[in-house]
Amino acid sequence: MPALLRRYGVLLLLLVLVASLPLALPSNYHVRIATLVWISALVVMGLNLLMGYAGQVSLGHAGFFGIGAYAVAILPAHLGVPPLLAFLLGVAAAGLLAFVVGRPILRLKGYYLAVATLGFGILVAMVLQNEMVWTGGPDGMTVPRLELMGVRLRSPMTWYWISGGTLLLGMLLAIHLIESPTGRALRAIHDSEIAARVAGIDAPQAKLAAFVISAVYAAVGGGLLAWVNGLVTPDMAGFLHSIELVAMAVLGGLGSLLGSVLGAAVLVLLPQLLTLFHEYEQLVLGLVMMLAMIFLRAGIVPSIAARLGWRAA
Amino acid sequence: MSILEVENIGIAFGGLRALDRVGFEVAEGEIFAVIGPNGAGKTTLFNIVSGLYRPGEGRVRLLGQDVTGIEPHLLAEKGLSRTFQNLQLFGRMTALENVMVGRHLRESRGILRHLFLRRAVEHEERESRARARDLLAFVGLDRLADQPANALPYGAAKRLEIARALASEPRILLLDEPAAGCNPAETGEIEALIREIARRGVTVVLVEHDMRLVMRLSHRIHVLNHGRTLAEGAPAEIRLNPAVIEAYLGHHGAKEAARAVA
Repeated sequence: MPALLRRYGVLLLLLVLVASLPLALPSNYHVRIATLVWISALVVMGLNLLMGYAGQVSLGHAGFFGIGAYAVAILPAHLGVPPLLAFLLGVAAAGLLAFVVGRPILRLKGYYLAVATLGFGILVAMVLQNEMVWTGGPDGMTVPRLELMGVRLRSPMTWYWISGGTLLLGMLLAIHLIESPTGRALRAIHDSEIAARVAGIDAPQAKLAAFVISAVYAAVGGGLLAWVNGLVTPDMAGFLHSIELVAMAVLGGLGSLLGSVLGAAVLVLLPQLLTLFHEYEQLVLGLVMMLAMIFLRAGIVPSIAARLGWRAA
Repeated sequence: MSILEVENIGIAFGGLRALDRVGFEVAEGEIFAVIGPNGAGKTTLFNIVSGLYRPGEGRVRLLGQDVTGIEPHLLAEKGLSRTFQNLQLFGRMTALENVMVGRHLRESRGILRHLFLRRAVEHEERESRARARDLLAFVGLDRLADQPANALPYGAAKRLEIARALASEPRILLLDEPAAGCNPAETGEIEALIREIARRGVTVVLVEHDMRLVMRLSHRIHVLNHGRTLAEGAPAEIRLNPAVIEAYLGHHGAKEAARAVA
């Protein structure tokens, strides 16, 4: 039982949070913000599998996010694909693209990998921006509402539950992956790639798997956000969004699933809270991030856990 | 039958010839040592045999099969394992997890299975953990199983490397300076461990500076100097070989080697 609790404790915590939070949310605006947190958390969790566990950076994950988002916009509008199928196709396309692109890119390490993934993200954003006929260009395009069994999903609360549920599912799968031979292989590669290879781990393939899985998480998040907003724009796939995702992962704590949720929450909520500071909003946001990293250098969750003497969740 | 054949190996880094026409054969079940002064090319040789470097010339054969330049993880699959002179542990993982990584080839590798079939994976994990615990006990680390590897004392870390290397159930184990930096008591433990590993049928090839250990332990010794083979033979022959004494053992080393047998 303690072993089960140690493994699924984080999931349980998040379940309670997702289930009880609506009671404390006074308006649709707040429900929407919470939904954004869950979606970001899902994407960051995927990125964390790549960065925090496999130890491979990506500055282009918004590209996969954008592909997931535009799939639910483009495919139904231009090709008459049912929305749910469009979503699945978008996720599959992102995974496939990650598989194809990842093979050559993941041979690179450190800064070189960072720049290559950066280039990939910019490429996707450019395509979305320039293929006016398909994507609506810089203005983006509206997303047809999702209908499930004849019911139009439009209320913010519905999307809150869908996003929260997907996040919980994403976390469950992430926990399973981490606590499996694959997860151990990824952590091993992170600590000593040479020793991992000698131990029989096909390092390029393991990294590629982490890359594809994280791309799938990003595309799922992109599809969800497109539905929630009813609108897609190229900046969803943009460079700044990629950086934001990395910032969330690092701020919350690499190698901590709870950290991913917290990192996403902080960077979604802070700008909302900081509107109090008006024109100084960005300044304060930057300052908060810098101070957080200086004083909690392993990220929020691992640093605090270490100080309290817990094993990182 | 020879389990490992190294034939005419040569490699150069920049203008430096690190190894030149080095060759030897290791028989199954043997304890075979490679010695030589610092910079003689011993670790480079290990890196070639374990697939980390591709040699400029020459062949490596494992169980009669040409494995020159193939990926380390494929060599592991063919039954070759190794340890590292400058420890390469997975520092943030526990000792137990380190050994479990060593069992990677004995575990299921389907990622979809790991994601979706928790019950089956759970069962395998239990078995993997039990086997890893056995190995930790074998090297005397069972009480440190849950310590992070980077918190282990040096001697324990050395033995953890061996346990991890054994976890893939290799037929041949390369040990790169297993006793380097160990005190006499720890060296004695390592020696007993290597003997036991060999007794269980694993062929051992080791690089080691501790002459007394090498002389006591090895069936045959291959001596390198400046990247070339200087001599090869049983400990008794090597100890008396004038070229070896001249190049490497020196008077002090020769005395130590003699004392080892006395």
